[in-house]
Amino acid sequence: MKILFTAKGSEWSSPMDARFGRMEMMVIYDEESDTLEVLPNSETEAMEHGAGLQTAKKVLKHSPDIIITGNGAGGKALDILKTSNVKIFIGAGDMSIKEAYEAYKNGKLTEQL
Amino acid sequence: MKITIASGKGGTGKTTLSTNLTSYLASQNRKVVLADLDVEEPNSAIFLKGKLKTEQVFNKMVPKWDSTDCTLCGKCAEVCNFNAIIDLPNEIRVYPALCHSCYACSELCPTNSLPMTPERIGEICEYDSDNFSLVEGRLDLGQEMAVPLIAGTIDFVDEKFDGYIKLLDAPPGTSCPVIEASRYSDFVFLITESTPFGLNDLRLAVETMRVLKQNFGVIINRYGIGDNGVEEYCQVENIPIVTKVHNDKEVAKLYSKGELIYPKIEHFKNSLDEIVEFIGGIK
Repeated sequence: MKILFTAKGSEWSSPMDARFGRMEMMVIYDEESDTLEVLPNSETEAMEHGAGLQTAKKVLKHSPDIIITGNGAGGKALDILKTSNVKIFIGAGDMSIKEAYEAYKNGKLTEQL
Repeated sequence: MKITIASGKGGTGKTTLSTNLTSYLASQNRKVVLADLDVEEPNSAIFLKGKLKTEQVFNKMVPKWDSTDCTLCGKCAEVCNFNAIIDLPNEIRVYPALCHSCYACSELCPTNSLPMTPERIGEICEYDSDNFSLVEGRLDLGQEMAVPLIAGTIDFVDEKFDGYIKLLDAPPGTSCPVIEASRYSDFVFLITESTPFGLNDLRLAVETMRVLKQNFGVIINRYGIGDNGVEEYCQVENIPIVTKVHNDKEVAKLYSKGELIYPKIEHFKNSLDEIVEFIGGIK
């Protein structure tokens, strides 16, 4: 399983970013190879509109199975994410990446999609 | 003559001033039309009770994907500056709410797969009374793009009301809608209140007008509350203060009932006289 976290840093101990479209970083954990991949998402900072759409497109390029985030993706971003089979879990905005992963594993997060 | 009434800060009295000035000029037998350009929430028609004369649909042009010859090359998404087009592995998605109608995707598409088509975003209403006209742009619910409708409402007024004094009631803020409502005018009144909040947003509005190289003057509303910050700022920056409208609870009471102010409150009428005199001196 490939799990994508919306994050504010690149370590397991880094805080999650509650936002989807304007997340600071995408942190992708590949459970099979047990590796973390980190992708900055700073280009959305300068976008007045449509950040969610661009982020969703970028996320799909990395074909995660699961997205773990805080507030959830907005309407337009969801529209794009629905073209794949990705599942979204929300409510991890105030956790660290590690805590968010554990909360997901223990079934503590809510499914948005 | 075209004059925009703008503010920066919201709730400083743009609509109160616009509607009263329109009615007052009309009462002096001047040919006057007011354009309500606060298209996200137009409300001048509440105060100027005219009869609805015409109502027309306003469209903006947006690209529509035709999959027939499309090779999914992605050029359209690449050239779109507004993130309105997303190229997915098997399809092109267009988000009309984000589209600025620049035609780049449509013109640069190698297979002509994005023809521009009209899409309704709102309407333009014209109200008539015995001695003035009111034209109102009204954006549909859920639409995000005010600028095309503001431009369309100004065009409507320009075409139909040649030779009139045109007053444009702008939306608050300093972003694109305000710029569109101000850039073609002969003069801009910036209405503010004498508080630190009013001053902060006035500074932003002044910076905006200077970038536009627009002529402007300041009207201080609710004069007597707050501090001297706005007056001192105008003095230092050499900005004319057109009039100071006194703070008065009776004005707020009339406003809340949807009534015009100047027929009942003398000092308010005196301020309108100062504004009319100032307009007379605008080149």
